[in-house]
Amino acid sequence: MSVPCLRIQNLVVQIAGKTIIDGLNLDMMPGEVHAIMGPNGAGKSTLAYTLAGRSGYEVLDGDILLDGTSILDMDVTERAVAGVFLAMQYPVEIPGVANMSFLKTALESLDKARGQDKLPTVEFMRKVKAKARDLSVSEDMLRRPLNVGFSGGEKKRNEALQLAMLAPKLAVLDETDSGLDIDALKIVAEGVNKMRDATRSFLVITHYQRLLDYIKPDYVHVFAAGRIVKTGGPELALELERDGYASFEVA
Amino acid sequence: MDDRKEIEAIANEEYRYGFTSDIQSDTIEPGLNEDVVRFISSRKSEPDWLLEYRLEALKRWRALPDPDWARLDIDPIKYDEISYYSAPKSMADKPKSLDEVDPELLDVYNKLGIPLKEQEMLAGVAVDAVFDSVSVATTFRDKLAEAGVIFCSISEAVQEHPELVRKYLGSVVPLTDNKHATLNAAVFSDGTFVYIPPNTRCPMELSTYFRINAANTGQFERTLLIADKGSYVSYLEGCTAPMRDENQLHAAVVELVALDDAEIKYSTVQNWYPGDAEGRGGIYNFVTKRGLCAGKNSKISWTQVETGSAITWKYPSCVLRGDGSVGEFYSIALTNRKQQADTGTKMIHLGAHTRSRIVAKGISAGSSNSTYRGLVSIHPRAKNARNHTQCDSLLIGDQCGAHTTPYIESKNSTAQIEHEATTSKLSDDQLFYCQQRGLSEEESVALLVSGFCKEVLQQLPMEFAAEAQKLLGINLEGSIG
Repeated sequence: MSVPCLRIQNLVVQIAGKTIIDGLNLDMMPGEVHAIMGPNGAGKSTLAYTLAGRSGYEVLDGDILLDGTSILDMDVTERAVAGVFLAMQYPVEIPGVANMSFLKTALESLDKARGQDKLPTVEFMRKVKAKARDLSVSEDMLRRPLNVGFSGGEKKRNEALQLAMLAPKLAVLDETDSGLDIDALKIVAEGVNKMRDATRSFLVITHYQRLLDYIKPDYVHVFAAGRIVKTGGPELALELERDGYASFEVA
Repeated sequence: MDDRKEIEAIANEEYRYGFTSDIQSDTIEPGLNEDVVRFISSRKSEPDWLLEYRLEALKRWRALPDPDWARLDIDPIKYDEISYYSAPKSMADKPKSLDEVDPELLDVYNKLGIPLKEQEMLAGVAVDAVFDSVSVATTFRDKLAEAGVIFCSISEAVQEHPELVRKYLGSVVPLTDNKHATLNAAVFSDGTFVYIPPNTRCPMELSTYFRINAANTGQFERTLLIADKGSYVSYLEGCTAPMRDENQLHAAVVELVALDDAEIKYSTVQNWYPGDAEGRGGIYNFVTKRGLCAGKNSKISWTQVETGSAITWKYPSCVLRGDGSVGEFYSIALTNRKQQADTGTKMIHLGAHTRSRIVAKGISAGSSNSTYRGLVSIHPRAKNARNHTQCDSLLIGDQCGAHTTPYIESKNSTAQIEHEATTSKLSDDQLFYCQQRGLSEEESVALLVSGFCKEVLQQLPMEFAAEAQKLLGINLEGSIG
């Protein structure tokens, strides 16, 4: 019996004294794709940031285990080293730092922290270029400062490129579909599908069912008022698309 | 000549100028008067005209007020308590080994990857000679002599090229420019002299590092650099490692002269001791740097990375006299803890079609304060002059301050002057993003800051840029949270 890739136990999270996540439980086995769907304000992004360890997201109770080990005491960097990746809803702009050199710095930091050898520059370049091609990330985008002046779609494709390069154990995609047109959505979804294997798990956070047409989840969870209120298979997403979240909203 | 003889020769040379001679008798009583100036001049066997220059400076200095217009909190300087000619400390007074040196300083050396031998030298440990550097310096000297480039200490230049020194010394920074510069004129100890002959491209980047500076020249250093018609030189000054120094007051003067079609690129990395966490013991760095674009189509470009010193007061400037001449100023000023910096530039447009560009990046962390102070002045004859100024401040934390004080004066209606300024805070979003991708907090800050400074860093020669980048990171350690 293998250990869950991610186990969330009775998690309670506050921001500035306000409880946002209230008793969340979730188990994800290695290789599984879980979708979290829910209305705006349900606490979906809070969950994403809490998993990544962002400061200001205060865990009052419960635990988060990655491969059976609690990550609650780890800072943001340590969690990244442990294998958590968060594709952000709003990737930030970093002026003056070329996209490609950021990627190289990130990869080298992770390798170093994990005690692994640095990828030779030639191999790094080859790998970036191949993956960039798959995700329609142009050479120009690789040279430009990270996310500066990128369109919404370009930013999300670039997040997918980082995901592909950093190859995490647990990938959390926070509303990756927002701001994407249908073509870009397909490209990003293909990128994710290519990475699916028995060792990697995905937590796909989304408001709309659309993304799940392309990334087929094993499980769909309805998230409302800070906890999972219903779990089902892919068909649940279609149900939600048809009926909306109204029946799950808490008065 | 074999190595030993070369070292001996250099050692003797220094002896000639009174630096490593009988140490006890070379140190004079604190205080500044005519006897002191005469003493310094005679120790260096200077010609009469130079002694008179120094004495005139002393006379004028007494009448000048301390500059008080900068946004700096400076304790009154006790000029009477400073010794104006103190030879190097005797070996007996120096730290015997690195064990006796401030561990924080050593930590920085290790992070910069500085070899042990050099660490000892920088920290002022009693070592007799740094053999590697001596031979390096000699090789460089031979190559330069072949090109006709003069690169020596200013004391040597006074002896060997008096006509050049006499013609240009004080021609860009006049005797009475400001109190600190005037003090320097009266008591300058040593410094660097460079002359590039006409139509010569200096065959290498010149660096103070390669010239064996007699110890203790830092305090009142004098630099004079002349690029003759159609020549080019790139000069690097400073050291990325913080230098331990006993002297708190530094008043250096740098003068650059570019004749017709000549270009001078002058880069500085200043990382003097900033003092302890409370700012105690740090260097007061009061520097007057000015370049004269004397000839048509000449160009002077200043690049500075200022990370050290308790107080930095420094305005590398360009006087654009030749028609079509160009002045540039690229600056990074980083302050942390209790450091204070008031720095910027003056671009004085005298000639027609003169152009200037200013890019100033200020980073303030801890409870430090940083001010950009600039003047762009367009004179009546400067037809079609152009200036572009960009001035960006980055704040880290909420205890620090960044200030911008630009002055613009235009007396010619054809001038085009642009000024852009921004102030931003290092954002939590950016930090979180970098850390989520695997960078440590310190790596993240260093990366974000170097991105902010990119336009300036890319002006530096490549190796220097990498070191400067590392330096920014080290100086910001512990500035978050």
